[in-house]
Amino acid sequence: MAERSFKAEVEHLRMGNGEVFTGEGILAITKALLENGVGYVGGYQGAPISHLMDVLADAQGLLGELGVRFEANASEAAAAAMLAASVHYPIRGAVTFKGPVGVNVASDALANLCSSGVNGGALIIVGEDYGEGSSIMQERSHGFAMKSQFWLLDPRPNLPCITKAVKDGFELSEASNTPVMLMVRIRSCHVTGSFVTKDNVPPPLTVKEAIANPQSDFNRVVLPPMSYLHEQDKVKNRWPAAEKYIVENKLNEVFGPEKSKIGIVTQGGMYNSVIRGLQRLGLADVFGQTEVPIYCLNVTYPLIRDEFDAFCEGKEHVLVVEEGQPEHIEQHLGSFLYKSGRKLKLYGKDVLPMAGEYTGQVMLDGMTAFLKAAAPDMLPGKVRAPNMEEPQIPDLSKTVPIRPPGFCTGCPERPIFAGMKLVEMELGKSQITADIGCHLFGSLPPFEMGGATMGYGLGPAANAAFDGGGERRAISILGDGGFWHNGLTSSIGNMVFNKSDNVAIIVDNYYSAATGGQDVLSSRAQNDTKATQNPISAALKGVGVEWVRQIDHTYDVAKVRDTLKEALTTDFKGPKVIVASSECMLNKQRREKPIRNTAIKEGRRVDVPRFGVDSDVCTGDHACIRLSGCPSLSLKRLDDPLRDDPIAHIDQTCVGCGNCGEVADAAVLCPSFYRADVVHNPGKFETWRAGWRNRIINHLQKRRDAKRLRLKGVVT
Amino acid sequence: MNMVLPQKTPDARVGQIIKLAVMAVGGQGGGVLTSWIESMARAQGYVCQATSVAGVAQRTGATIYYVEMTPKSELEPVFALAPAGGDVDILIASEMMEVGRAVMRGFVTPDRTVLIGSTHRSLAVSEKMAPGDGIADADEVRAAAEIAAQQLILADMDKLAVEQGSVISSSLFGALAGADALPFPREAFEDAIKASGKGVEASLRAFAAGYDAARHGVAAPEQEAVKPAPALQGPAKEMRKWEGLVARAQAMPAPVQEMALHGLMKVVDFQNCAYGTVYLDRLDGVVAQDDSAHDFLLSATAAKYIATAMAYDDIIRVADLKTRQPRMERIWNEMGAKSANLVELTEFFHPRAEEVASLMPAKMGAAWESNPKRMALLNRLFNKGRRLRTHTLRSFLMLHFLGGLKGYRLQTRRHQVEVAHLEAWLRDSLSVLKDDYTLAVELLKNRRLVKGYSDTHARGLTKFGTVMGAAALLKGRTDAADWMNRLREAALQDPDGKTLEGAIQTVRSFV
Repeated sequence: MAERSFKAEVEHLRMGNGEVFTGEGILAITKALLENGVGYVGGYQGAPISHLMDVLADAQGLLGELGVRFEANASEAAAAAMLAASVHYPIRGAVTFKGPVGVNVASDALANLCSSGVNGGALIIVGEDYGEGSSIMQERSHGFAMKSQFWLLDPRPNLPCITKAVKDGFELSEASNTPVMLMVRIRSCHVTGSFVTKDNVPPPLTVKEAIANPQSDFNRVVLPPMSYLHEQDKVKNRWPAAEKYIVENKLNEVFGPEKSKIGIVTQGGMYNSVIRGLQRLGLADVFGQTEVPIYCLNVTYPLIRDEFDAFCEGKEHVLVVEEGQPEHIEQHLGSFLYKSGRKLKLYGKDVLPMAGEYTGQVMLDGMTAFLKAAAPDMLPGKVRAPNMEEPQIPDLSKTVPIRPPGFCTGCPERPIFAGMKLVEMELGKSQITADIGCHLFGSLPPFEMGGATMGYGLGPAANAAFDGGGERRAISILGDGGFWHNGLTSSIGNMVFNKSDNVAIIVDNYYSAATGGQDVLSSRAQNDTKATQNPISAALKGVGVEWVRQIDHTYDVAKVRDTLKEALTTDFKGPKVIVASSECMLNKQRREKPIRNTAIKEGRRVDVPRFGVDSDVCTGDHACIRLSGCPSLSLKRLDDPLRDDPIAHIDQTCVGCGNCGEVADAAVLCPSFYRADVVHNPGKFETWRAGWRNRIINHLQKRRDAKRLRLKGVVT
Repeated sequence: MNMVLPQKTPDARVGQIIKLAVMAVGGQGGGVLTSWIESMARAQGYVCQATSVAGVAQRTGATIYYVEMTPKSELEPVFALAPAGGDVDILIASEMMEVGRAVMRGFVTPDRTVLIGSTHRSLAVSEKMAPGDGIADADEVRAAAEIAAQQLILADMDKLAVEQGSVISSSLFGALAGADALPFPREAFEDAIKASGKGVEASLRAFAAGYDAARHGVAAPEQEAVKPAPALQGPAKEMRKWEGLVARAQAMPAPVQEMALHGLMKVVDFQNCAYGTVYLDRLDGVVAQDDSAHDFLLSATAAKYIATAMAYDDIIRVADLKTRQPRMERIWNEMGAKSANLVELTEFFHPRAEEVASLMPAKMGAAWESNPKRMALLNRLFNKGRRLRTHTLRSFLMLHFLGGLKGYRLQTRRHQVEVAHLEAWLRDSLSVLKDDYTLAVELLKNRRLVKGYSDTHARGLTKFGTVMGAAALLKGRTDAADWMNRLREAALQDPDGKTLEGAIQTVRSFV
């Protein structure tokens, strides 16, 4: 089960005609799918569309009632391949994943799908992970639309527009026999707002009904000579059909006065930022009534030449607002202008930066520069020096530390990296490749394990070049999510086949944890609709890995250390794979805490462990932190003039995972850590026994104190 | 860049849009706070839009939530999806460095921003990792926030919430209400909490605490007044001896007295009054060479570090501290245990041959240490992680026994080594005194580098040696003390001494 439950929100998906839905963009998209008679849905989780998968998973009851098939696909490629159902059958299908990395993975299936063309509407909902908060390389999905010839929707970021784009997408797809990608940016996925709902529509043809009448047509198969015809079909028939639909249904919008010598062309997704810029410049009102004409591209591919030409009529300066690079749209529009022999000046990545997110300040600066050059009269007065001296705000860039994401409190992956670090201290630095997932945080301080990450499930594959012997075996890391995504074949199979002598560590935390705790094949949870509990080690043996070590409790740092050391030094030739398994603490706490609290309330015996540091024993060398980085293991300054450095301290957020004690032991750190188990509702015998123990202990302490001087009170 | 642009036809309604940003650390409940604000605004007849950046950034990283709202009207307003520098009305930062980040990113400006921040610290990994003191300067952030914000509300919102059994989102929500930054009555805020239906009572208590903090500020922390000055206690006979020692310390030059008293307390607690006498004798030796022209800086420094050096961390001390009575009380408080609970303790010890040999009588210990075979034997016998369950009698008795070996301590190998090290350090530091007073002070301060246990301790000793050795290079230079200080700071930057190595290279390049 995912870390966030949408069970309550899913009820909103049942809303009917004329009701008002208020909530998150992701949920609105789901509702729109149901309103538009979708027949099957699927996808692969990843920010920012993880919640879409979670909502679908939680909505399976409703989906079943409507006859909608839901598949939690094994990867983005699998999700895109599922759209094959719409090639022959007039069934609407939608899949979702993140972009551009998910689109990378899906691109094989997408290219084939686009060549074949579709009969039923095929919608790919991509959460474009770009700008602040993104966890991946900064690229665009736009290029995929250009190369495979599918259509790209980039609607204005509000709920009515996003939900309309779902409807437009299906219809456009059907009108042009082409898959359509609906792109939503990070913040659009999580933007909240309202829209008026319609009744849900069961698919006119369900997948169940379709399979009763199987269809095939070799003309749709990507083989020569049909593939040559597909290419011609794309440009001669599907493209013009798409343009016709886009124009006739006014998918793109024009705002503002008809007559103006300037204008702005913007991606639909950037519309609100453009309006905010204009609002701040006094050129638009609160409802977006603008004095500068705007041509808003809710369809960013294909671009419609006639529409653009009409917008440019009478204009001398046009600004293109296009986030990300390269500037596909600007180049395309430039070529339109050149070919039509127009003399207007095109602005874009000159007044706006080529790379990086277009934040509020960037937009304001860019639009100011554009207006200064194109229409200084629209900026009344001059952009003059402020008449009031701005107070100098001290520069804090040297003071405020960066705060990248990291392992959560009690994370079971922390001790794996602590163990690796101990091996590094003993045997020296190894060549290490990392993978995609929470474990990638291991490449950050304090561990700094791993120097490259090449893609999901590709950790061991990324070390293939270093498999020609040498002083030390290379180590690579793979998560359980990545393992089942494609690591089993691309990484492990690759190692076996090529007789690799390297070491792979599979970090198994029972979930696809980084994306929000979705189940995977090896999850331990009972899942009513999915087959879980397929052990990774069995899969490893199945593909021919002989040297497999299973660690069932990653917090045993010494065991991790010794197992890795064995893998690095054993005489065994062949791939060595360590499966390190412990449950994701975030999910574990979420599941167990309420149960524990109930048990305490009900009077059952519960033992709650937590760690502490004896501040008078700690010397403040912070060696423990360099092997942990746990948020609950922090520092505090003592009120002691004899001490220079802050000492270690564990706050009340500690979940008692055990890492501190294990590390102190395995790394021979210091004896200042202790674990305190608070026993709630203890039994009669143990209470009696503890009473006796305490009396004896108190007696001994008093006897000693009677003879010596000691510091008064409680050391804190 | 806070360029002031002239407004052409400023739409007054644009000014009515309230722009609120929450800067939080992943896992702090920023999402809950945002949803409260959102549902309250809607209930109060506002159109409201919230956005967030979910995903991996929320795993303990810095993250941001953004809300815009304006009174409902016939048309839908156009809201932005992210905060813009110079265009934020209310900024809520859930941690002190996030306050700093908000200021740094230009989200806090004197013309408009109400800044509500929590002063508590959740240290970044980079701050915690340094072997020295890498904690960022919160005062700098406070000073910048005071200049940047139009209205500033700073309090330890985390503490206010935890005291009420709740989390920081509740107290921040209360502070938002108390700041009168939103046009909604207090009840509207409380209704939002009640409507969410989870942990309502605790949330409301924390809300009230945050509200009051914003309204009236937080009462000056009382605990500082209550907190007793450290003092010794014990049998009357020993206390009389102690008073004699105190009198001696109080006879020292005024600038030395306070540190001498603290140091004295530490060494007497470590051993006994006789040991305190040794401490004062050593300190007298330094005072005799010092003078009031330098305000007795050398002696005050020596008072601090001689005490630290004399109260070294041996097994006896650790065992003693772990079995003292107030410790149990402290742990009960820290763990929030109630009288109906039991508390069971596990201590993590990992003795090695070195520790065992150091506990032997001096001569014997030295002999064993120099014999690899015997050390290997000790390692076979003892080198193993030991978990002592000190709530049980067996483990407690063992530590109690070890902690009671004070009478024997001064004969151990460890004591011999520590005394030799201390004397060499004192001698080396004072040897430059005649030529360079400040260098001598800096050399004394180098004792700070010796800390930790086992490998960390060994690395500390190596660094200490390197830094002390650099005195020979620096001697005679007018900036010798400055450089010595820089070398020590460099040594505290990273565990392996890479920064120190670089600094030493620099020194070599100019001598």
